[in-house]
Amino acid sequence: MLRVAAAVLWKDLKIEMRTRDAVSAAFVFAVLVLVVFNFALGGDTPEMRRLAAGFFWVAFAFSGTLALNRSSAIEKESGAGRALALAPVDAGGIYLGKFFANTIFLMATQLAVLPLFVIFFDVSVPAERIGWFAASFALGAIGFAAPGTLFSVVAANTRMRELMLPLLFIPISVPALIAAVETTSFALGGIDSAGFWFKLLLVYDVVFVTASLLVFEYALEE
Amino acid sequence: MQTRRNAVLESALFMWMAVALVMVFFYAPIEKEQGIVQKIFYFHVPLAWNAFLGFLIVFVASFRYLATRDPKWDARAVAAAEVGVLFTTLVLITGPIWAKPTWGIWWTWDARLTLTFVLWLIYLGYLMLRRYVESPERRAVLSAIVGIIGFIDVPLVYFAIRWWRTQHPQPVLMGGQDSGLDPKMRATLMVCSATFLLLYTVMFRRRVAVERMKMLVDDLREQAEGARS
Repeated sequence: MLRVAAAVLWKDLKIEMRTRDAVSAAFVFAVLVLVVFNFALGGDTPEMRRLAAGFFWVAFAFSGTLALNRSSAIEKESGAGRALALAPVDAGGIYLGKFFANTIFLMATQLAVLPLFVIFFDVSVPAERIGWFAASFALGAIGFAAPGTLFSVVAANTRMRELMLPLLFIPISVPALIAAVETTSFALGGIDSAGFWFKLLLVYDVVFVTASLLVFEYALEE
Repeated sequence: MQTRRNAVLESALFMWMAVALVMVFFYAPIEKEQGIVQKIFYFHVPLAWNAFLGFLIVFVASFRYLATRDPKWDARAVAAAEVGVLFTTLVLITGPIWAKPTWGIWWTWDARLTLTFVLWLIYLGYLMLRRYVESPERRAVLSAIVGIIGFIDVPLVYFAIRWWRTQHPQPVLMGGQDSGLDPKMRATLMVCSATFLLLYTVMFRRRVAVERMKMLVDDLREQAEGARS
């Protein structure tokens, strides 16, 4: 299973390295969202700083769907998805490979947006909470990638791919979104404790990786 | 047989509806603080309970479909989801109508309201997905995936929202609606819940029958086209 996962991961990374479609699209979109927020809310810095974690995750939730869409859209368009489905390998391995690839794309998007986020909202992370900050990003990206990978394949089978993915994926991600916002907010000094949110995010990640792994074979079949 | 049973169920439903309405407006006492507005409680709460039950049925039917590949489970899943979304929509409409005069606001991000709203979105996605997949088998499989994953999400959404609510300021609500319910009110609530369960059953059965008929027509059309070519 892990060998299959590694092969699929390598394939997705190679495609992304050559096209840079997913991450660049997500990055540009995230920047646009942050800019729109600045204009829409008047750029009042102390107030913006208080809400920074929320802005970041809104930008990331919507731009993330672009990145997630891209990786399965490429497979659908070229017919590679069918080849994958026909390959006599464990569907769980294919899921894991795509899940790792999507997690890496999402994290790359986060890292690309991070400098702009810091500059626009003038945020600073206290040294002792830098681990929390990184954890909220990583676990949030995993929480998005886990159901996102499954639903991107489901959505790729529909006539309205670009619409279906956010429609299915955003409501499902509500717990991960709340938990990620609160954990980031804690890291930025906005709230006093994040123990519960950290645990919830962890539970969410484990539940959705497991559940998606189990049903993924049904999404692949044609 | 099927139509006989439907006829029995539907006439029972009409009788229960009449009884429930009489109980709501004449038997149950008028609430001291909220007045007549509180009557919407007897519709709002049973609708919510039955909608949640409907989503449980979607989950079970989706699971059964993937295990058996019998189209009848897909028909049951879609029927349960549609009636569930209809009931949830009614919950979301009756909620604000009740909230405005009693709490002074149309909406609050309270745990139960928000959970209902998120569920509504999830199952709306489920129904939308079905519209955009051509092949009946693909449609059944893909929506079964959403039916299962969506339901697994429910407890997580609930805990997330409950905890989130305790951290953020919220308007002061009067004590829980079901705390210290008058026995007559409780009896009315129970009758209304049973009535809505019956309504759910009737609509569910009708919807399953329609879906089965649609499947039959699709099969026939396929055969006819096969014969022609």
